[in-house]
Amino acid sequence: MGIMQLKPQTRKTIITYAIVIVAFIAVTILDAVGLISNSLSGQLVPICAYVSLAVSLNLVVGVSGELSLGHAGFMSVGAFTGVVVAGWLSYLGVESDLVLFAVSAVAGAILAGIVGFLVGIPVMRLRGDYLAIVTLAFGEIIKNLLNNVYIGVDGAGLHFAMLSDSSALGMSQGVILINGAKGAVGISKVSTFALGIVVVLITVAVVLNLMHSRDGRAIMAVRDNRIAAESVGVNVTKYRLIAFTVASALAGVAGVLYAMNYSTVVPSQFDFNQSILILVYVVLGGMGNISGSIVSAAFLTVLPEVLRPINQYRMLLYAIVLILVMVVPHLSIYQRATEALRRRFSRGAAKPAVATEGGEADE
Amino acid sequence: MSKFTDFAQRRRETTKMVPVPSVSIMPERDLGKAPALECLHLGIDFGGLKAVDDFNITVGRTEICGLIGPNGAGKTTVFNLLTKVYAPTRGTIMVDGQDTAGMDPARVNRLGVARTFQNIRLFNSMTVEENVAVGLHNQRHCGMATSILRLPHHWKSERYYHERALELLDIFDMAGLADHEAGSLPYGAQRRLEIVRALATNPKLLLLDEPAAGMNPSETAELMENIVKIRDQFQIAIMLIEHDMNLVMNICEGICVLNFGKIIAKGTPEEIQQNEAVIEAYLGTQAKKEVEA
Repeated sequence: MGIMQLKPQTRKTIITYAIVIVAFIAVTILDAVGLISNSLSGQLVPICAYVSLAVSLNLVVGVSGELSLGHAGFMSVGAFTGVVVAGWLSYLGVESDLVLFAVSAVAGAILAGIVGFLVGIPVMRLRGDYLAIVTLAFGEIIKNLLNNVYIGVDGAGLHFAMLSDSSALGMSQGVILINGAKGAVGISKVSTFALGIVVVLITVAVVLNLMHSRDGRAIMAVRDNRIAAESVGVNVTKYRLIAFTVASALAGVAGVLYAMNYSTVVPSQFDFNQSILILVYVVLGGMGNISGSIVSAAFLTVLPEVLRPINQYRMLLYAIVLILVMVVPHLSIYQRATEALRRRFSRGAAKPAVATEGGEADE
Repeated sequence: MSKFTDFAQRRRETTKMVPVPSVSIMPERDLGKAPALECLHLGIDFGGLKAVDDFNITVGRTEICGLIGPNGAGKTTVFNLLTKVYAPTRGTIMVDGQDTAGMDPARVNRLGVARTFQNIRLFNSMTVEENVAVGLHNQRHCGMATSILRLPHHWKSERYYHERALELLDIFDMAGLADHEAGSLPYGAQRRLEIVRALATNPKLLLLDEPAAGMNPSETAELMENIVKIRDQFQIAIMLIEHDMNLVMNICEGICVLNFGKIIAKGTPEEIQQNEAVIEAYLGTQAKKEVEA
């Protein structure tokens, strides 16, 4: 059966997974041949993290239809939870990178999910601009809280302090894991590109499977028409909260992946600009379009690196690309060209479909 | 606001009020069973304006009941009260013998009230089948974890939603449109899809807000047949707001006429056609318009 004959939904799902897997194979081959520069190979894990963040934010912005500006906040909750869990485990003598990463990722997802749920309870009473403003504020609150957190580990277990300095932890020995505004130090660098691709695939699978299920349809119904969704018995608040919580948990996993690629991360990295950056990926990739988010996040993370040789004009070109991506789809010449391509493709698909039917009749 | 209320007040005083017969308009076959809907002294105020006042009605379990009246009489407001889009200021709504006080629209739907909207409200970016599947939301449960992990129960549920959706779409011969985007359907098909989606919630009472609006005479005739067919097949009560008097007089067993938020007449189609107050407030003006046209 040709791919054009499948249901559009199934076709999109296959294409989305294919993009990730093909990219992984291509990069691995290029890396083996030595065609990937040092600066670019350093970007591979962040690319995976941003792709996951864009896909999970798309669940809130595109699928659920709520503008959230605090995604970096949930990412940081995951990142710092992951760092603490990994630091603790390695202090206890766990050496396997895979176990460290897996346990940290699960812990990051759970804590970010809980924070997302708690933030979501008041936030989901709001709509539109108000919701955007409040999520923005919560993102900043999370960042400022993390700026004042001190966590260390020694033989007696975890130590926790707030609003003072690392001496308040009262540790004579052991390791300081999170040192307030100086951020997480001494992170076990366990993130690899392969793990990154696994995180991306899990994120994509969770979002796509959720979208194409009873709960996902309810979420999209609330987005399309809240009053009609209520009238057919859909609990509107519940489904907005589900989308927000799941997206937060997935952002937490991406945060763990991101943090464990560096030896230090500081809370101020996860600020409003970071949230906006992720939102830009989602908007350019298309609301509710998962494969679009993947491509745009990867492309826009690579772009500044590729443009490094022309350092002075880097951000100028970046801005021009952003503007072009927004303007070009509205040009009539572009629309006519894509329309022609689509017609050509669907004609191509119609012919084999007829042939298959004939073949079946013969049997 | 006050100017408007004064005006409304004057109009109300000049409209001849005839005492409303207290007899129920429930058809005989439904007598002795708990009614699908019972409203007692239902009312809502918007500021100083009594948009609906002292609305009393009993709808039998398999009755087709018409709600008619001039524009702005409060017909859609009654539907919004019954589905709890608005919280009533006064009065009681009983659905299938249960008081709906304090319930939200989703809860009222689960109790058995489904509706369509005057200005069509579909899930436009979703397919026709998905629209009906959302209607089937509470007919079969499938947890989020089950769906994300794609466990066998998920696939069984999806098959149920798919098969049941096509079955329901078949009532209006729409199964062939299942994969089309709901927003891209022609107007008449969108209206029919709204009815199918409402039916999918397995209601005891179906509220249709101007189902024939924008339909041509042959489409309307087909719709009339289908409304009766739905009642017979699903054994449910149907309450409809409609300006097409041919449709109302032909398929409704009981008719309730609203004017300025109050019931001015209740009865069988024959009684309503003879009722002086109704002719003056509603039917007469339409007849006059027809002569002028």
